[in-house]
Amino acid sequence: MSVFKDAGHLFRFAGLFVLAFLLFLVIRGFVVPKTFGQYGHYRGAAIGDVAAHPVKFAGHQTCEACHTDILDVKKNGKHAHVNCEACHGALAKHADDPASVTPVRPDTAVLCARCHTASAAKPKGFPQVVPADHSTGLPCQMCHNPHSPAMDAGAAAGGTK
Amino acid sequence: MNISRRQMLILLPAAAVAWKSVQAGTPEDSPNYKMTDHWWGMLIDVPKCIGCGNCVRACQTENDVPDGNFRTWVERYHVTDENMTSPEVISPDGGKEGFPVAQEDAGKYFFVPKLCNHCADSPCTQVCPVGATFVTPDGVVMVDQSYCLGCAYCVQACPYGCRYIHPEKHVADKCTLCYHRITKGLTTACCETCPTGARQLVDLKNPKDPIHEFLKTHSVQVLKPQMATGAKAYYYDLDGSVR
Repeated sequence: MSVFKDAGHLFRFAGLFVLAFLLFLVIRGFVVPKTFGQYGHYRGAAIGDVAAHPVKFAGHQTCEACHTDILDVKKNGKHAHVNCEACHGALAKHADDPASVTPVRPDTAVLCARCHTASAAKPKGFPQVVPADHSTGLPCQMCHNPHSPAMDAGAAAGGTK
Repeated sequence: MNISRRQMLILLPAAAVAWKSVQAGTPEDSPNYKMTDHWWGMLIDVPKCIGCGNCVRACQTENDVPDGNFRTWVERYHVTDENMTSPEVISPDGGKEGFPVAQEDAGKYFFVPKLCNHCADSPCTQVCPVGATFVTPDGVVMVDQSYCLGCAYCVQACPYGCRYIHPEKHVADKCTLCYHRITKGLTTACCETCPTGARQLVDLKNPKDPIHEFLKTHSVQVLKPQMATGAKAYYYDLDGSVR
């Protein structure tokens, strides 16, 4: 063992190194989040954090569960594929508590113009009007049913051009 | 309290079952959602977009996006034969309140909705120095806001300009593809409110998703394909002038 006769300082240093490494492992165990590395080089639980965000648009399936009468009007009309909240806004709160949260009725003079105001930039096949000429500023639902806006013979009693 | 061996043997599994049920009650866990069953993307049908801004407003409402920042926005292109390569592009307030009326004019107009492309090989996740942004196993690019330092490397790295630094939280923020909705079986807020069906959430791992048929039969592009980002926002009938 004569090789190690004067090597005490080396062993002490090696011991220190091992201790420091163990300390590093312990600290690392505390500071690295539990789910880090679960799916990759990131905190796995972050996915759950994002998924926990509250929903504000209830989705048309939720609306249709109660408002079946509207669905019946809508499903054969031109607006069959326009979802409820596209016009009525985010209503998850109303869906959660229909009694105390009542939605505001949209103003059709503003709402309809958003999509149907004529512009050369819009696709040619999309129905467009110049609101001032078309209805002289009257609310659209005077003549059109917003849930099924095409004017049939019976409903078209004046108002259109 | 004395517990016999027999009682103990009964109590232990009962306690284990009770503990499992406590854990299972965590509200954000979606019990029927399996990440490995999905690979999310979006289909954007350019000729259907009318530039109403419904998607932009819905996104801001759904995700509390601060004013002046956008997780999705709409651009209007005006291409004439003199400016094929540098067309006029406008997006007033992200297209949130629609667009000014265009008079009949030479050239063509079209609207291009933009959002995070949820790239499979996304440059933004590769530059993050702390592992705060990543692609989930179901193909959604996300930010871990409790981990993000706000260094904005990712904001610069995104070739599509889809990230911003949140003015109050001072961390990177971006489209989550409404992850809180799609994991509950809903569609995204922008797709839910799009009146013309110009935007459709797609699940590329779902064999019944109509996207497979669509990709086979239509001319579909991604933005900046030369960057090989593996973008999953598919644009139908996209004009060559779109950047």
